[in-house]
Amino acid sequence: MKWLAQVIFSLLLSGLASAGQPLPERQAELRYLLEQDCGSCHGLTLKGGLGPALTPAALAGKPPEFLQYTILYGRLGTAMPPWRGILNEDESRWLAERLLAGEMQP
Amino acid sequence: MSLFGWSGDTRQVRAESVRTEWLTTLVCTLMILLLVFAGGVEADDGLRGSGDLALVVERANGSLQVVETTGNSSLTRIEGLGDLSHASAVFSRDQRYAFVFGRDGGLSKVDLLEGTVVARVIQSGNSIGGAISQDGRLVAVSNYDPGGVKVFSTDDLALVADIPAEFGTGQRSKVIGLVDAPGRRFVFSLWDAGEIWLADFSKGDEPSISKFRDIGRNPYDALITPDGRHYIAGLFGEDGLALLDLWHPERGVRRILPGYGKGEAKLPVYKMPHLEGWAVAGNLAFVPAVGRNEVLVIDTGTWLEAGRIPVHGQPVFVMARPDGRQIWVNFAFPKNDTIQVIDAEGLAISKTLKPGKGVLHMEFEPRGEEIWVSVRDLDELHVYDTGSFERLATLPAQKPSGIFMTARAARIGL
Repeated sequence: MKWLAQVIFSLLLSGLASAGQPLPERQAELRYLLEQDCGSCHGLTLKGGLGPALTPAALAGKPPEFLQYTILYGRLGTAMPPWRGILNEDESRWLAERLLAGEMQP
Repeated sequence: MSLFGWSGDTRQVRAESVRTEWLTTLVCTLMILLLVFAGGVEADDGLRGSGDLALVVERANGSLQVVETTGNSSLTRIEGLGDLSHASAVFSRDQRYAFVFGRDGGLSKVDLLEGTVVARVIQSGNSIGGAISQDGRLVAVSNYDPGGVKVFSTDDLALVADIPAEFGTGQRSKVIGLVDAPGRRFVFSLWDAGEIWLADFSKGDEPSISKFRDIGRNPYDALITPDGRHYIAGLFGEDGLALLDLWHPERGVRRILPGYGKGEAKLPVYKMPHLEGWAVAGNLAFVPAVGRNEVLVIDTGTWLEAGRIPVHGQPVFVMARPDGRQIWVNFAFPKNDTIQVIDAEGLAISKTLKPGKGVLHMEFEPRGEEIWVSVRDLDELHVYDTGSFERLATLPAQKPSGIFMTARAARIGL
């Protein structure tokens, strides 16, 4: 049964991963949102606060799908809220990839 | 830039002919008048008090603006303070110096009158706030990483005491809700451990620490009542607040307003609320409900719920005007373009303001006739008349967040 779960999970992830790029204007909004609003817990410089650091070093080894999923659905038992409704799948994916690439450091 | 030496932009207007000389005189007179009234910076003797000053955190640039609230003008900018996201400040008892707590662990001592940084240490990797002792000699900083509290001399920022927030088996907790209490004490809460600690410096610089365990899950911030008697920590991990009577710490911590959400699902919390001493108005305390569009009202005589007020969004700051008649509330993302004013008598909204996106903080002038508001996305500070709600002044500021008036120096817990 474990293989089935894995298949379903990867199908789910590939569904999430079929990402289009947000438009340039929206990208600017997302950068601002990340800095100012994610920044209120993760720090404006993304070096952490109540929430953990989001620097490339801190995120090393984490798959983009994991980050995307965390952004969209939050993390139960922590202060991380679900951003679904504010961010769509493409936008959360785009943020996850930029974070991993270190392109969001101010 | 020295405020003592500050004399504004004294441009000379050169007279081209005798006929224009009267105009020159007029212009010069007007400029001088403008400087005197708009600046209000210094008296004729070059001296000024500091009781009407405030610090504004410009969080993106790591700078502070010094403003004055008599003429509502900006005086100077102080730069080089590092990462000021979520920065806050406390003041020396003479109201000349501010101690600024930066996110990057920076603790800076700032001279408001000279507009300079006089001392600065990087005391941890990540900090969240601080407090100054009753006697003004100790400044304490609460740290996320490594979790704990460090205490410094206000003279030169030399380390006096280090209190690691250890719990369980060698873990360290993030520390929040650090306040000063009468008797040269500091009180703070441990986010990860669910504990309240009381550090007593009354016998000297070696503190005795009392720990209160199982106070509730994930305390997110705390306040001390203006009389310095009750310490209240808000809980993020469950509905309720934790109350410690500092006159009787031996009685322990008790839970108040347990289960105020009645088991209903919380809304997502995009910004942690804040608790501060001026949530208290008369015999009522007004605190944000976590994950709910409500302000909770607590009777400070019985510590029972006295009501709840539905509001525009999830409250972040809930602040009583110094006379206790009004309660001003701002809200978490994405509803942070709005302020609502609650009438403390009728316990209902009496006014809704829309200053603009990113209302991050509000601070009343010491007697409450005006309030300063930082509007991050407009890069503006607004000053409102709290009687007419008219906007009296608009000042430019770079992504302003916290506003801290020197009158805090004389208040317990601020």
